[in-house]
Amino acid sequence: MDKKKNNDSNGNYIFNKRGEPLIYLVPFAIGLLIFTVYPIINVVFMSFKEGYRLSGNFTGWGLANYQYVLTNGEFLSSIKNTFIYVFTVVPIATILSIIVANFLNQKIKGMAIFQTAYFLPMVTSSIAVGISWRYMFNTQFGVINWLLSHIGIGPIDWLGATAGRAPWNIFVIIIFGIWNLMPFTIILLLSGLQNIDPMYYTAAKVDGANSWKVFKRITVPLLAPTIFLTMIVNMISAFKVYNEVIPFWSGKAGVLGNNLYTMVYWIKEAFYSKQRLGVAASASIILFLIILVFTVIQKYIQKKTDY
Amino acid sequence: MNKETLKKTIIYLVLALGAIIMIFPFYWMVSGAFKTDAEYFSFPPVWFPSNWFNFDNFINAFHKAPLMKYFINSTIVMVCSVGINGFITILAAFGFSRLKFPGKEVIFAVLVAFMMVPFEMLVITNYQTVTRLHLIDTIPVLIIPFTSSIFYTYILKGFFDTVPDSLYYSARIDGASNWKYLWRVMVPIARPSLVTIMLLNAIASWNSFMWVQLVINSDRNRTIPLGIFSFVSEAGSDPKLQLAAATISILPMVILFLFARKYIVSGVARGGVKG
Repeated sequence: MDKKKNNDSNGNYIFNKRGEPLIYLVPFAIGLLIFTVYPIINVVFMSFKEGYRLSGNFTGWGLANYQYVLTNGEFLSSIKNTFIYVFTVVPIATILSIIVANFLNQKIKGMAIFQTAYFLPMVTSSIAVGISWRYMFNTQFGVINWLLSHIGIGPIDWLGATAGRAPWNIFVIIIFGIWNLMPFTIILLLSGLQNIDPMYYTAAKVDGANSWKVFKRITVPLLAPTIFLTMIVNMISAFKVYNEVIPFWSGKAGVLGNNLYTMVYWIKEAFYSKQRLGVAASASIILFLIILVFTVIQKYIQKKTDY
Repeated sequence: MNKETLKKTIIYLVLALGAIIMIFPFYWMVSGAFKTDAEYFSFPPVWFPSNWFNFDNFINAFHKAPLMKYFINSTIVMVCSVGINGFITILAAFGFSRLKFPGKEVIFAVLVAFMMVPFEMLVITNYQTVTRLHLIDTIPVLIIPFTSSIFYTYILKGFFDTVPDSLYYSARIDGASNWKYLWRVMVPIARPSLVTIMLLNAIASWNSFMWVQLVINSDRNRTIPLGIFSFVSEAGSDPKLQLAAATISILPMVILFLFARKYIVSGVARGGVKG
């Protein structure tokens, strides 16, 4: 759509004086160079500096940082936790959002109320609302266990541990993560639905297709590129999960303190608490490479579907 | 007709159930903030506090932690971030959209590629940088690193690109400089896009947590999310007070959302929220 409008404009003003663009770009460039460009270059070098400290001192160049993180049990478990989180939260949130978005796209009354309810979690801090969730997950008097008790389940020790094992902890951040991700996902899918030509639906109605058939044969196939794109965007952001872990165990990574490391959490611990900047840099390069794979897929799909 | 009614009923039931689940954590937070000890710790849970005008928990929360100070800090950071970033973004977007200079396309393509680098990867170096600049534990450290945003510049440039050139040529004939043209013509036309960018930035700034957690040490410089977090882990044995504090902390964003829902939703649909 943008391309069509672009035909009005050649995108270049020939009337600017030499050096005039500098006035417009220097303020932007200063912040960018110091806080984006330099860090991007620096983190690569840093990941090869062994024993690198905050002061800038290091013992030598090499692959020791990568060797360290790739054999570190806690980092490997943080990769595992992050992958479990990404590949449960994103698909479940997507399926639920498809249902909600499809229903919101029908002619219904009270749209403003529904939109407010479904989209509100997007603007509120997960640290603040997480406090509420923390008490909802409480074993003895939490409302979630109360609900589950009616169908004969529980009580589940969501936030705690027994005999050094805390199997339910990850479910807490998965459920919280799904709830957090729903608004964004619904909005993207809804705008995808609104881009579908109504002609298709009219034609289906003429042919006498029922709602389920319309949904299966028209909505889902036409929405498929949007669904896929939304999933990739969500996966990229879900790989960076950090804030979702913070509210439940007073900032610790799980009730045992180390059972629920995510990649970003581990990186933060490595450079902030342990002051091992080189190690953290190489771990963040690994995180970046994982995200890069998904970004490349996203760009490829975008190009193919001209979304 | 009957079938149609049944279909509508199912749609409303499913949507209502979903809406209740989405909104419930907020309700539980607000209602918990009005409960007494006995109501809070009862099982089965008490659904409605007996007195909705019992503000004791709020008053106690304000006594126990400098919530007012956190609010002021968050507001200062948000206003400065949105203002400075907005100004710089307008200039840069105009430069990239309209002005002619060598290497423009290449530079912009590189910037767009930078967008996929997660902030978490830059954070180690940025932490080192602000330490060297002696900015640790100050308010400016929450503003300065975020003055230039590729993402917002990208969105605004996209909008500037769609403004037809005919407007420009007539303005030139009237003797307007590029600077005047930007502020008198482009910016007013781009108002919806600009409002969206600023709203997204305001939300991101208000809710920012990880960076604040890293660079702020003293209580007096905390912003709302870090303040709430510290309140829970330091002073907070009383869940009712925590819920009262959390309720107050999200209030500005809830109000913003109620008034600007359409702008925020359309902004998210176009570009998504960062972080």
